[in-house]
Amino acid sequence: MSNLHHDDHIYFAGGVHPEEGKYLSESKAIQEAPLLDSYTVILNQHIGAPPKLIVKKGDAVKKGQLLAEAGGFVSAPVHSPTSGTVRNIEDCPGPMGVPLLAVVIDSDGKDEWGSSLEPIADWENTSPDDLKKRISDAGLVGMGGAAFPTHVKLSPPPEKKIDHLIFNGAECEPYLTADHRLMLEYPESVVEGCAIIARVLGVKNIYIGIEANKPDAIKVLREKAASFGVNIIALRVRYPQGAEKQLIYAVTGRKVPAGGLPMDAGCVVQNIGTAVAVTEAVKEGKPLFERVTTVTGEPLANPGNWKFRIGTPVSKAIELAGGVKYSPAKVILGGPMMGFAQKNLQVPVMKNTSGILLLSKEQLVQYESYPCIRCGRCVDACPMNIIPGPLSTMIESGEFELAEKNNLMHCIECGSCAYVCPSFRPLVQHFRRGKAEINARKRKMKK
Amino acid sequence: MTEEKVNLEENDTTTQSGVFLPKIEELVVSSSPHVHDNQTVRKIMLTVLLALVPSCLCGIYFYGINALMVIIYCVVFSVAVEVLWCRIAGKKTDTWKDCSAILTGVLLAMNLSAGIPWWVCLIGAGIGIGIGKQIYGGLGYNPFNPALVARVALLVAFPKLMTTWVPSRFMTENPVYDKIITYAPSAEQLKGKVIPFLSNTCDSITCATPLGVVKELSKSGVHNVSAFDAVSNTPMYWDYFFGNMGGCLGETSVLALLAGGIFLIAMKIIKWHIPVTYIATVAIFSAAIHAANPAITPGPLFHVITGGLFLGAFFMATDMVTSPITKKGMIIFGIGCGIITSLIRIWGNYPEGVSFSILLMNAVVPLIDKFTVTVPFGYKAAEKKVGA
Repeated sequence: MSNLHHDDHIYFAGGVHPEEGKYLSESKAIQEAPLLDSYTVILNQHIGAPPKLIVKKGDAVKKGQLLAEAGGFVSAPVHSPTSGTVRNIEDCPGPMGVPLLAVVIDSDGKDEWGSSLEPIADWENTSPDDLKKRISDAGLVGMGGAAFPTHVKLSPPPEKKIDHLIFNGAECEPYLTADHRLMLEYPESVVEGCAIIARVLGVKNIYIGIEANKPDAIKVLREKAASFGVNIIALRVRYPQGAEKQLIYAVTGRKVPAGGLPMDAGCVVQNIGTAVAVTEAVKEGKPLFERVTTVTGEPLANPGNWKFRIGTPVSKAIELAGGVKYSPAKVILGGPMMGFAQKNLQVPVMKNTSGILLLSKEQLVQYESYPCIRCGRCVDACPMNIIPGPLSTMIESGEFELAEKNNLMHCIECGSCAYVCPSFRPLVQHFRRGKAEINARKRKMKK
Repeated sequence: MTEEKVNLEENDTTTQSGVFLPKIEELVVSSSPHVHDNQTVRKIMLTVLLALVPSCLCGIYFYGINALMVIIYCVVFSVAVEVLWCRIAGKKTDTWKDCSAILTGVLLAMNLSAGIPWWVCLIGAGIGIGIGKQIYGGLGYNPFNPALVARVALLVAFPKLMTTWVPSRFMTENPVYDKIITYAPSAEQLKGKVIPFLSNTCDSITCATPLGVVKELSKSGVHNVSAFDAVSNTPMYWDYFFGNMGGCLGETSVLALLAGGIFLIAMKIIKWHIPVTYIATVAIFSAAIHAANPAITPGPLFHVITGGLFLGAFFMATDMVTSPITKKGMIIFGIGCGIITSLIRIWGNYPEGVSFSILLMNAVVPLIDKFTVTVPFGYKAAEKKVGA
């Protein structure tokens, strides 16, 4: 991979390069998933306040119709993925193992359009505030993983001067190819979405960062980008290149201050999928009720990329991908480095489901772990330049204050340390526990 | 795989469309990351063992089959002590499979003379694995390098045995080394004492190490450049470099140790920071003293390629468990080892200071770690912001 040309000359230290596994699905064009009999739309799909339900059991709904409105500023509305009736409002299995409230919609098979959002054809002459309102009304959230409401990111406090808008097309997670296919097949929507968001923010410097292992996407986007003033940056192939702070560093050479947000470095970072969704929301009046997701893994008969309606159960997605050749040992929502393993395949696709990954028994990571031998591989791998190994032993022995002093809170949970640990230590779990413990103590102190 | 397919067919997780779905009961739920780069403690230990092969072969080549026997004794006893300790302690007895006990055994052997009796190996293995490692809880918890704990304990307990060296078999054939008696200062200067390289005792020929000769000269009050010249001259430097010299069976061949060390750095098992700073510090320190007064100690090249410096710098000081984890810490550690080694060699009571210096620096590793915590990504920017 090192022979691939990349433009960035500033690299974050550390990181890892896991086997990419992208060959399984990178050449598979995005397919439209067929209409299902029913969809389970989880209400709280984003970080922030849960939305307020506005439909009830038995209501007729149309595609794109509002099911729940934003429950505050940091919140996002949810829309119906098709036309039909609300069968029930009930708890459904969530991706984190906790049941979540969802609207179950029985499809009527007509798939009738019913979005209340008018298309905005001439966005270049529409006020930034109107565009931002549209983005908010369409229920847009970060589609890369965190699902942070997009309009909130586009409303920086006035004292934060934003001069760089960066789009994340790195797709550094192994196996995932959804963003790759989006860039390849919808390059106009990608760059136009970038330009719309740039208009909202009033920013001139627009960048799309793409890992150099997607030369075809880089080429296609370069052809389309110039007219919108968007710069394409080929990035070094290194996980976690797509992590916000690492991406900002590679593109601008700026370091987000510790504990700060991208806006503290004058940057806003958005996912490439979000850019496409913005274009559709603005030009077609289409709320976010479908997304492109990679369904992949060696056990699958037919891995690929599909456009799923939000609320499609994972089991249906696996069925679409031809089912399994042999029973997998893991089903993961997201990528192998940061995704969540599932036990219940009725979990529905959400706005931030970038991938559904199946791993075989042979790919399972050893569960038994050993004491840290201080080999330092985790120190070399950590993109945040902290010292994971000894930090994990501090948490193991309950030394939370010491762990905090040793920079625990800077951990971004990318998993690079655990990926290289020869003692198979569950480092990320230790850090999640340590952070939760420290946060809980802080909350107690405030009270 | 065929078996699994059969299982699938028996399973009821097929859909109406006839495709197979994952079997829920077989799904594993665990935290991310879900993949691993397959490096293991065992593989790391085996790589270090592989890096030690040239030095072991050199030991066997120069000191004969006895060297091989010492290596075998040390390895077998180390593994035996580990298994026995774990059994008595009621712990899992398969920890030896991580190969760390084998490595400790080999390193201990490399720190012994090829002429050492088997029971010394047994006591060494007991001290190294028992008191050096298992008493703290096993691999990963020991503050001191187990092989060095064993070596130093043996040195204190059996000073005579541990400083009686077998000459390499080429030395006895080479008349140069007999003549060293005449090269060495006159009996008059030594107040009646002769310090030969090779000496015939009643049953065998023993040999002094170059550092031992220098220390004896210094202790005898002989501060004489020409006396040092007898053991620090170009033809002898070549012998030191290849390992054709008296000493511990694994420490004499600088060439073999260097090859193993470079291999470990290339394999990213160790970093260059400790060995390079350690050796450089010894070189600079001895060069400075030598420059100030050549009669105090021989020059830097002598100090670098004699004794156990290369073994210590590449294989003992770099022990992961007992050395700092950050690069900055490693540099401090290497410099500390270098200074203490030089001090002991030049002014101490012992001719060699590598083992002591590494153990002493092992003791301060927690302190070094405390003061060399890395600065997280973006942290400096935050400080500047606060200042501005």
